[in-house]
Amino acid sequence: MKNSKQLMFRIGLGCLALGVLSLPLSAQDAPDVGPHPAPPLKNMESHIGKVTGHAKDGKMDYRRYCAGCHGDLGDGNGENAAWLDPKPRDFTIATFKCRSTPTGTLPTDEDLYNTIGRGVTNSNMPIWNTFSDQQRADLVAYIKTFSPRWEKEKAGEPIKIGPEPAVTIGSISHGKALFTKMECWKCHGPEGKGDGPSAATLTDSKDQPIRPYNFAAGSDDSRFKCGGENQDIYRIFMTGVDGTPMPSFSDNIQPNDAWDLVHFLRTLQVHRKSKENDALKAAGGKIPPYEEKAAPAGQTPNGAAGGGK
Amino acid sequence: MRTSNSLIAVAMVVLCPALTFAGTISGKVTYTGTPVKQKPISMAKEPSCDKQHATPITTETIVTGANNSLENVVVYISAGADEAAAPAQAVTFTQKGCQYIPHVIALHTGQELHVVNGDQTSHNIHPMPKSNPEWNKSQPPGAPPIVQKFDNAEFISVKCQIHPWMHGWFAVLKTNHYAISGDGGSFSLPNLPPGKYTVTAWHEDYGTQTQEVTITGNETKSIDFSFKAKAF
Repeated sequence: MKNSKQLMFRIGLGCLALGVLSLPLSAQDAPDVGPHPAPPLKNMESHIGKVTGHAKDGKMDYRRYCAGCHGDLGDGNGENAAWLDPKPRDFTIATFKCRSTPTGTLPTDEDLYNTIGRGVTNSNMPIWNTFSDQQRADLVAYIKTFSPRWEKEKAGEPIKIGPEPAVTIGSISHGKALFTKMECWKCHGPEGKGDGPSAATLTDSKDQPIRPYNFAAGSDDSRFKCGGENQDIYRIFMTGVDGTPMPSFSDNIQPNDAWDLVHFLRTLQVHRKSKENDALKAAGGKIPPYEEKAAPAGQTPNGAAGGGK
Repeated sequence: MRTSNSLIAVAMVVLCPALTFAGTISGKVTYTGTPVKQKPISMAKEPSCDKQHATPITTETIVTGANNSLENVVVYISAGADEAAAPAQAVTFTQKGCQYIPHVIALHTGQELHVVNGDQTSHNIHPMPKSNPEWNKSQPPGAPPIVQKFDNAEFISVKCQIHPWMHGWFAVLKTNHYAISGDGGSFSLPNLPPGKYTVTAWHEDYGTQTQEVTITGNETKSIDFSFKAKAF
């Protein structure tokens, strides 16, 4: 009995000590998650259609789902980063692969929103289709707090993509001539297998080895990082893939020519059923050499492979 | 007439010290130790460039001359001088024989940069800045110059990924008082009004050094920089 009383006394004393110890802790806010002090949160917004995202609402989701790779500070140095290839995006420099805007400019809110929902093929970025539209918009707003560029610059003007003309063996042929002339094959290889003469030496802007896209592998479109529609392919060589060796060709490929190049690129996907491959099959499976259309009668047309407009 | 005369007099008093007492800082950049031997470049994969070089060229990370002189060092006033406006004239950066000519350029923030392709092959121009937007553009033969500028001062590494041996530097500075050490490692920073200056020398592999220099009048101050060569 005496023992149990003593025990109770001791427990009581212990509880009191704990209470006193915890006082200074409960007097202030709970310590922030992660090793870094939280920077003051910028009041950034995103606008995707009718949805407005707010940075303050995206913070919790970012810390829960994104910080493991992209880091608390958004610098791409999350604790998983060391094991990832390609490396997670560094939001502090605001360089993004999938944009609708010219090389060197900021992407639109919608571009970032689409990347979150699409994921990035051949990387560790999954498809975040478990998020609601609002959650994704909030995350886009939060991502924009990491680089001061979002306060100083506007998103670039999205490149214009006109309606797609019909696929003909002529457009495929002209596309092939452009593929040669623009020297796409130097990296992507003459058959689009990603085995061009410069392919082996390519590195991304973090000095990680990177492979050019292999069109011939597989049969589905989901392997395209920035969308698998014809207009997504059009967009990708016009905007370039910033942070990688893939440059922008928008200064040197005219809008109509660009569609011809898209049609040819589709034929490099030899295992994929497409209107382009149908047109090629209907023409006997061979791409005829490209000839200048405007050559007046009586003149010999210029050499085929080096053709253009 | 009298007023205009006095105006001229005032203008002379204000302007002349700057004109008559323009100092110069000049000197030489050298190295100590043994620099790494530069590697020969094979352009066999690009015949149109390969045939422009009778003897194979080498990498240009470290370019040296007689008497231990070090070239391609950007020497500039990093403190003390006014941040003058960017010159209207553009700086040209040429791709010729699958080489960057010159290997290092310096330009003012906001100054126009013209990138020219003098080759019969496509290049991609891919600067990799830290504090400026990163861009990457293709430039086929015969394409017009690419016109760009950089708003923030930094040393930017630039690459062509089609030809992985092509590597150069854009030194974006907040001053027009700069020189790049050339033949014999010599440099000269003229037209400096009296004042206390910090002179910085930057080399892509050997890093930076600074020296304090005071210009009191119409004089030429001589300073030298010596970099320790890296073993590898």
